Amino acid sequence: MSEAIKKFLYLNRRAPYGTIYAWESLEVVLIGAAFDQDVSLAFLDDGVYQIVKGQDTAAIEMKNFSPTYAALGDYDVTKLYVEKESLEERGLTIDDLMDLKWEDEDEDWAEKDSIKVVSRFELARIMEGQDVVFSF
Amino acid sequence: MAIEVNGKSIETDEEGYLTNLNDWEKGVAEIMAKEDDLELTDEHWDIITFLREYYEEYQIAPAVRVLTKAVGKKLGKEKGNSKYLYGLFPYGPGKQACRFAGLPKPTGCI
Repeated sequence: MSEAIKKFLYLNRRAPYGTIYAWESLEVVLIGAAFDQDVSLAFLDDGVYQIVKGQDTAAIEMKNFSPTYAALGDYDVTKLYVEKESLEERGLTIDDLMDLKWEDEDEDWAEKDSIKVVSRFELARIMEGQDVVFSF
Repeated sequence: MAIEVNGKSIETDEEGYLTNLNDWEKGVAEIMAKEDDLELTDEHWDIITFLREYYEEYQIAPAVRVLTKAVGKKLGKEKGNSKYLYGLFPYGPGKQACRFAGLPKPTGCI
């Protein structure tokens, strides 16, 4: 089977809890990662809250699935774009986000940053370059 | 459904996975293995322990491909291949080993 590799971008625009979108998106990404495509994720609008560090869901009695984002590197999902304007509008900086890394097998498992903060303009360019865009 | 472990009844779903992850104890894996006609060796326990640690850290059961790579890194290259893992868990390192470890079925496993 020789199928062309396609570029998939998953847009995450909603807060992590309250709706099922964030978790569903993450599950689809993990399942889709088995198909060896070029996968990247983008976090914008309230979606930036999905990867904020120190999440505690005890009071709302929901599973805190934020640790699962750290597994994305194992699934070869290494490009996580975060929109700069969305962070700023919410008074957040990259220091408020989880320190998500991936290990480069070809460089003796060197740890590399997965998160890249991009401007709204850059994100639009990234979206243009995709074959498939899913919005959650 | 349920399994009997040390005189206790532990609830499982229709596919044999534990309903409540916190019910797990070593006896669970031993009873499940016996039902599958498997004798658990240290090599099996290495994988079961690894899966439980992975779940503890990431809150998911890893896909087989991810498990294979991670085992190779942690336990040595000669163990990081599907032949070795299927040799230990003939019904699949994802499905069977996760069941023994008390984890849910791996995400993406049908």
